[in-house]
Amino acid sequence: MSAPTRTVVTVSTGDPGTAANIAADVRAGRRTAVDVLAQHFARIDAHEGDVHAFNLVLRQQAGEQAATVDAAVAAGIDPGPLAGIPVALKDNLCTRGIETTCSSRILEGWKPPYSATVVQRLAAAGAVAVGKTNLDEFAMGSSTENSAFGPTRNPHDHTKVPGGSSGGSAAAVAAGFASIALGSDTGGSIRQPASLCGIVGMKPTYGLVSRYGLVAYASSLDQIGPFAHTVEDAALLLENIAGHDPADSTSIDAPPPSLVAAVRRGRADGVPGLRVGIVEELSGEGMSSDVLARLDVAVDRLRTAGATVGHVSVESTKLCLSAYYLIAPAEASSNLSRYDGVRYGLRVSQGAANVEEMMANTRAAGFGAEVKRRIMLGTYALSAGYYDAYYGQAQKVRTLIIEDFRRAYQQFDVLITPTSPTTAFSFGDKTADPFTMYLTDVCTIPSNLAGDPAISVPCGVGDDGMPIGVQLLGPALSEAVLLGAAAVIEKGN
Amino acid sequence: MSERLTRADVVHVARLARLTLGDAEVQSFTLELADILAHAHDVASLDTAGVVPTAHPLPLVNVLRADVIRPGVDRTEVLAMAPWAEDDRFRVPKILGETT
Repeated sequence: MSAPTRTVVTVSTGDPGTAANIAADVRAGRRTAVDVLAQHFARIDAHEGDVHAFNLVLRQQAGEQAATVDAAVAAGIDPGPLAGIPVALKDNLCTRGIETTCSSRILEGWKPPYSATVVQRLAAAGAVAVGKTNLDEFAMGSSTENSAFGPTRNPHDHTKVPGGSSGGSAAAVAAGFASIALGSDTGGSIRQPASLCGIVGMKPTYGLVSRYGLVAYASSLDQIGPFAHTVEDAALLLENIAGHDPADSTSIDAPPPSLVAAVRRGRADGVPGLRVGIVEELSGEGMSSDVLARLDVAVDRLRTAGATVGHVSVESTKLCLSAYYLIAPAEASSNLSRYDGVRYGLRVSQGAANVEEMMANTRAAGFGAEVKRRIMLGTYALSAGYYDAYYGQAQKVRTLIIEDFRRAYQQFDVLITPTSPTTAFSFGDKTADPFTMYLTDVCTIPSNLAGDPAISVPCGVGDDGMPIGVQLLGPALSEAVLLGAAAVIEKGN
Repeated sequence: MSERLTRADVVHVARLARLTLGDAEVQSFTLELADILAHAHDVASLDTAGVVPTAHPLPLVNVLRADVIRPGVDRTEVLAMAPWAEDDRFRVPKILGETT
């Protein structure tokens, strides 16, 4: 934890400007993608040693991608809506021929034979991939402390965690290493680190973004989404990765929504008539007072912009944490059975009398403590005699949560809560007791269980000077409404 | 279900999960998993008579695509990542231990 202890960049004062500005300038030939990339690499060179946002920096490939974008512009060809924007990729997104580790020893050195759909779409839209970012091993955690390659530090204070599991992506954007980033969100893994690092993060509706090439954690909950400095940049990124993909059978077969326009409308016209519900169960007990104070500020901004505000009880949110920590480990225990030392990654053969012992020894050596804990928990919850009591019950609770939200959305267009109960905590604060760490996801888990979209938008700082985000939740495919409302909250910053 | 998770349960589950655990791990998982499951009591004990389980947030059934040949991943690329491959196949230690 050497000096400097603060490496954050703000787009209002930082050199490169917003992602939207970068793309507009590069497409118009006012700036080159190579120059924009050089600005970001200068930040990486100066601060990555302190922050550790990346597992891998793609220096050469990024340079080549940027040069290709510039060559297209010079030839009069439009490189695409994300032209020249440096983007960071969570290291659980497959990149063909480029190491993809999930921050796990069991996948160290693995080079996927294909790229994730989102990675292909970013490249096709002219974005420049700067690196693969650190995460809690297999996206299991809320602080990046579970990475096998060491934690990422919060750019606002290097003694604090960046949140997780997409902590590397959040830190990369906050520190100005990339203009935008992709993460994955299974129980809050985009929104919580976005909140703790002072940037925008969104979990889209389940099925809006293809999961093809996202290394699976809990398949019925996982969703890829954007990190950005501004709400408009998040909308721009999401617009360009959303849409049907035949390679993902759970991808929604409908045209991608128009989102940037919704942000501009929100900024210009406010949110007249929008019905905003404050979730009672998530806006009192268990939340720190400075977080609640900023929630009030966000609500005031929405009211001033034309919204009507009320309180709503979503009672089953109290059951979400328990249901999630049965469903997610159950799905994980099944998904992670593929790491057996046969087709890819680590193999530990020594001392194994047969293939089964080889598998068990490989998994013992390759997985970290939290991954083992969740595999054990999930295997138990699915095992004979316990399935109905745990996994079966959790699935029924999921139905109750969906029905509760449906009732709430009859009265309100969007709901509002804090994103995280506290600001960023210190390293080691919550590692002794697994359940204490799980509690940090209490506000974000409900939308994963329901399959609904939610966004975290920065709204000032806490008593410790660290960023605080507020979360807006909406029904399936309400991204445009959420982004418009988030733009109103952002405008007051 | 209401009885507390035992050491024997943990050893059994580790076998099902193909995880070799040391004594210290068995010890700590016995305590930690019991603790987490105690927190899950609110879900396990809930009266859910008549509630239909949700396995998935999208009501999708039978997603089909046209049955046309498309290129798959490259065999050489895939096998190059295997810990042990031979003759276009993955190689593993013997399956049946000391028998045969």
